[in-house]
Amino acid sequence: MAYTSLSQIQDAIKKTETNIEKLVRNYLSNIETNRDLNAFLEVFEAESIQRAQALDAKFARGEQMGRLFGLVIGLKDNICYKDHKVSASSKILEGFESIYSSTAVERLLSEDAIILGRLNCDEFAMGSSTENSAFGNVLNPIDRTRVPGGSSGGSAAAVKADLCHATLGSDTGGSIRQPASFCDIVGFKPTYGRISRHGLIAYSSSFDQIGPFTKSVEDTKAIYEAIAGRDEFDATTSAKPIHAVHPKKTTYKIAYFPEVLNSEGVSAEVKEACQDFLKKAKEQGHEIVEYSFKYLDYLIPIYYVLTTAEASSNLARFDGVKYGYRSKDANDLEELYVRSRSEGFGPEVKRRIMLGTFVLSAGYYDAYYTKAQKVRRILRDEMSKLLTDCDFLFTPTCPSVPFKFGDKTSNPIEMYFADIFTVLANIVGMPAISLPLYKNAAGLPMGMQLMSHSWEEEKLFDFGMDLMEKIK
Amino acid sequence: MKVDGALIDRLSNLSKLSFNDAEKDKLIVDMGNILELVEKLNEVNTEGVQPLIYMNEDVNVMREDEIHTYITKAEGLKNAPSKDSDYIKVPKVIQ
Repeated sequence: MAYTSLSQIQDAIKKTETNIEKLVRNYLSNIETNRDLNAFLEVFEAESIQRAQALDAKFARGEQMGRLFGLVIGLKDNICYKDHKVSASSKILEGFESIYSSTAVERLLSEDAIILGRLNCDEFAMGSSTENSAFGNVLNPIDRTRVPGGSSGGSAAAVKADLCHATLGSDTGGSIRQPASFCDIVGFKPTYGRISRHGLIAYSSSFDQIGPFTKSVEDTKAIYEAIAGRDEFDATTSAKPIHAVHPKKTTYKIAYFPEVLNSEGVSAEVKEACQDFLKKAKEQGHEIVEYSFKYLDYLIPIYYVLTTAEASSNLARFDGVKYGYRSKDANDLEELYVRSRSEGFGPEVKRRIMLGTFVLSAGYYDAYYTKAQKVRRILRDEMSKLLTDCDFLFTPTCPSVPFKFGDKTSNPIEMYFADIFTVLANIVGMPAISLPLYKNAAGLPMGMQLMSHSWEEEKLFDFGMDLMEKIK
Repeated sequence: MKVDGALIDRLSNLSKLSFNDAEKDKLIVDMGNILELVEKLNEVNTEGVQPLIYMNEDVNVMREDEIHTYITKAEGLKNAPSKDSDYIKVPKVIQ
C-alpha cells in the first residue's frame, strides 16, 4: 500500500480504507525490514502511534483536520524538535536534546503531520554521499552497493524505500536535490528566505534552506506551502506572499547551457537523457534557448570559499562547554576547547573549518572571501537577467548516476564536483527542483533539474507536475 | 598559495583544533589542492563589483523591542556536560 501522494492517503482515510495508525504501523514495519539501509538514526515509535491514535480519534469526531493529516514525515538529523535528540550526525552532538522546535516542525505539527524520527546525513550536512556521518553509511535502496547521495542521504533513502511518506532535508549546495536524483524521487530547494531556518543547525547561513523530499511534485507543493513564509524567529525570511500570482502558461521558455552538454565531467548517459528531455520539451511546444554560460568552472570555487568561511564561524559554538561532547582529558579551558573539538568533529568537518578559517584570516580575507562574494554578485545578476528573460534554466541534477561506496572518498575535490549543477541555485539564492525523470540501462536514476527566478516556486511546481506526467 | 606545516599550525590554533602528524600531512595536500582550485576565481574580472554580502532583499526588517522568555534556566542547563544547579562548570581558569 505505497501511496504516491498525500491526497491519495487522505482519500483512503476518508473512505475508511485505512487510518493513520495503520499507516504509521506499516512504515514502522518497513523500517524494521530495511534496517540495513541505516536511514533512520532514531524512530519515535511509541509517540508516533500515540499521536496517530489521537488524530484518528479527532477525525472520527468529525473535527476539521489540518492540511497535512495523514502525512507521516521524517526529519533530517539537523532539524530541531523539542525534547528530541538531534545530532547533525556528529559525535560532538551525541546525546543532545533540543530545547525548542524548528519553525518548520511547529508548522508541520500544527497541520496534523506525524514526525516519525530523525534521519542520517553527512556530519553537519557536509558531503555528497552520506559517507561522512559519524553513525555509518546509508545504503541506496535502488542498489545497496551505491551511495544515496548527500548530505540528506537518509531523508532520500527513507522516501524511496517507503519508510515514511515524505521527509525534510536541508540544501546548502545540493544536499536535497542531489540525493533526490540518486534515489529517484522529487527534491526541492526553495528561494533563500522562503522557509525559516530557525531550528536548523547552521552550516552556511547564506546558503542553507530547508526543503522536502517526496514521491510527487503535488506533495512537495503541499509541504512547502505548509512550512514556508515569514517567521519572527528568522529575520531573513521574506514576507512575500507564498501564492504569488504568476500568469498560467502552457508553454515555457527554457534555457540550457551548452557547456554542460559538452562537459567532460558529465557522463554520456546523463548527456543523452538531457538531449532527450530537450527534444521532448520542444515537441511539447516549449521554446528551448541555448545560453552560453562562462562561469561553470567558478561555481565550486565560490561555494567552497563562502560556505567554509560561514561554517568555520557557525561551528565555533561547539566548544565542549554549553552542550555536546566534552573531552574527559582536558586540564584547562584551552585544552577543553581543543580536545573536545578535535575528538568530536570528523575529518571533513575539520577540513572545512580549517579552509574557512584560512579564507577569513588576516592577509587572505580580501583575496579569497571578498573575491568570492564579488563573483557571487556577478552570478546573481547574470542569473537574474537570464531568468527574467526565460522561465526556467534546465540542467541535469548530477553529472552521473549514483556512485559506489568509497569511489570518491580519497579525493575531496572529486566528491565536491558531484554538486556542480546544484550549487548554482544556492549561490544565487533561487529555487530549484530535481525531478526523477530518467533511468540508465541498468535502472539507475538520473534526476533533471529546473531552476526559476526567486519567489517563483509555484511556477516550478506547475511545470514540474506537467513534466512528471508527460515525460516520465 | 603554498600550504605548509606552519600555516596548518597557525590555522589550527585559530580554529581550536589539533592534528597529529599524519593528519597534518594529509591536510597540507588536501588544502593545497582545494586552494589551487578556488584560485581559479582570480580569472574573473571583478573590478568595480561590490561584494554580495546579504542574500535577503528586504531592508530594515524591524520588530518591537519586547522582552520575551523563550527558555528557562533549567532548559538552558539541560545539555551542559558539567553543571550545578545554577551554572555550567569548566576546568579552573585561574590556577
